[in-house]
Amino acid sequence: MPYLELQNVSKSFGGVPVLKNVNLSLEQGEFVAIVGFSGAGKTTLISLIAGLLKPDTGTTKLNGREITGPGPDRGIVFQNYSLLPWLSVFENILLAVEAVNPAWTADQRQAHVEKYIAMVNLTPARAKKPGELSGGMRQRVSVARALAMDPQILLLDEPLSALDALTRATLQDEISRIRSETNKTVLLITNDPDEGIYLADRIIPLTAGPGATLGPSFTVAIPRPRDRKSINHDPHFKQLRREVVEFMLNSKTERRTAITKKLILPDIEPEDLNIPRTMTAWRKTPIRKREQQEESVEVKS
Amino acid sequence: MKSFKLDWLVLPFLGVVAVLILWQISCATWAKDLPTPAKTWETSKPYIMEPFAKRGEMDQGILRFTWYSLILVAKGYFLALIIGTPIGFFLGLSKTFTKAFDPIIQVLRPVSPLAWLPLGLVLFMGAGKNASELGALFTIAVCSMWPTVLNTAVGVRAIPQDYLNVAKVLKLSRSKTLFKVLIPASLPYMFTGFRLSLGIAWLVIVAAEMLTGRPGVGGFLWQEYNALIYEHIILCIVTIGVVGFILDRLMSVVEKKFKAA
Repeated sequence: MPYLELQNVSKSFGGVPVLKNVNLSLEQGEFVAIVGFSGAGKTTLISLIAGLLKPDTGTTKLNGREITGPGPDRGIVFQNYSLLPWLSVFENILLAVEAVNPAWTADQRQAHVEKYIAMVNLTPARAKKPGELSGGMRQRVSVARALAMDPQILLLDEPLSALDALTRATLQDEISRIRSETNKTVLLITNDPDEGIYLADRIIPLTAGPGATLGPSFTVAIPRPRDRKSINHDPHFKQLRREVVEFMLNSKTERRTAITKKLILPDIEPEDLNIPRTMTAWRKTPIRKREQQEESVEVKS
Repeated sequence: MKSFKLDWLVLPFLGVVAVLILWQISCATWAKDLPTPAKTWETSKPYIMEPFAKRGEMDQGILRFTWYSLILVAKGYFLALIIGTPIGFFLGLSKTFTKAFDPIIQVLRPVSPLAWLPLGLVLFMGAGKNASELGALFTIAVCSMWPTVLNTAVGVRAIPQDYLNVAKVLKLSRSKTLFKVLIPASLPYMFTGFRLSLGIAWLVIVAAEMLTGRPGVGGFLWQEYNALIYEHIILCIVTIGVVGFILDRLMSVVEKKFKAA
């Protein structure tokens, strides 16, 4: 029986289909990457699994039980970190640990938090606020918070998209290392096929929206530990990348013949924590205005 | 103009001098009843030089009057915060609540303190000796709570969905969500509301004292008008302005603390 299972899941916003007939199954301990274009519905997909959204049709099951709402059994790392800026690194993770293990003593919690801060190499920054950290460090905190909840499955929603290439590579290696240490089931959502192939056991392309659906699953038969330098010359890697990219591009040209439709673009801009929350902010519109905005996307025929 | 050393001191001083000259000219030309600056100073001197003197119920040093007013404002203001903040939270959190009460709030908000005060006096008529104080407190609270209510509501509504998602994913309890997510996230907005509310509370106190005749800056002002000592009216106006300015500055400092956090 698959560990995480999505059957014929569809979701639309305001009558516009975002996801259509999505079928996905993950075995326990598997690392699966889903690759898709920006705005194709990747975040919608992960929100469905997280329980933040409910599917219009179809079922989502984790470990045989239907997903009815959000819960700490699914650790999520959001693209925009979603750290609480008024709490320190330690407190952000502690909040999660307290929520998951209310019966623990203060010492147990503290030790647990410290362990995960150490796992992402952030011990020197444990007392800092998210605003004082770089993007890569914030994302590590977010990863540590998700792991500290000891979830059954780790959901990574474009965790590295907002980072520069070098930080991105470092964090990819770190995710790979942490994954081999903890043996968690991981679902990674990304817009970078190379990243997906480098990290995952299987890679599944998401077709271009609207009405996106999952393509065939490509098994990555490259033995671990994988080496970043030599993998680029691996014929299997090259072929895999070509197939995945081709599939995605073909799905896009098919869609180009479709008429213009409106779709909801998920807000994928990371919030800039460096900007102080000014006292005159009451004059401004809410920070996340675009979240539910409708946008008309020109589709060339 | 180029800025020069000490311009922060010299330019405001020049501004004051200009206003004093205009005042003097006005006294000499069209406003014959207006006391001159010199006469105002002469008559006000005992009240300023002995700011805490108490010569009688309505004849006290200006800072003593200010102190009475400030105490009353503090009481009414905290009442406004205690009532206004939760209302703001409910408005921010519940669309139904907003739909139900927003029209009432929008109608009540522009009502002048002068209109509320008689109602306050009627409400607490049974309190006897304390009626005027309770009426004044009621008026301050009702008039000054709106900025707190509205800013808190806006602050709660502006909480990024990310933070709420965190609370949802962690399945935080209601109280934890409130204290760890909702309140910290909306605190900067709330403090803007608190500052505006304090400004209004200080405006209202003067009106309330004038109508009830309570000892305080406003009460003193009205009494001296009736006693035809017009110099003291000007003294009171300046005092009210300076105190209001200081209060606003103090709240700004507190605000900045929370902005940085």
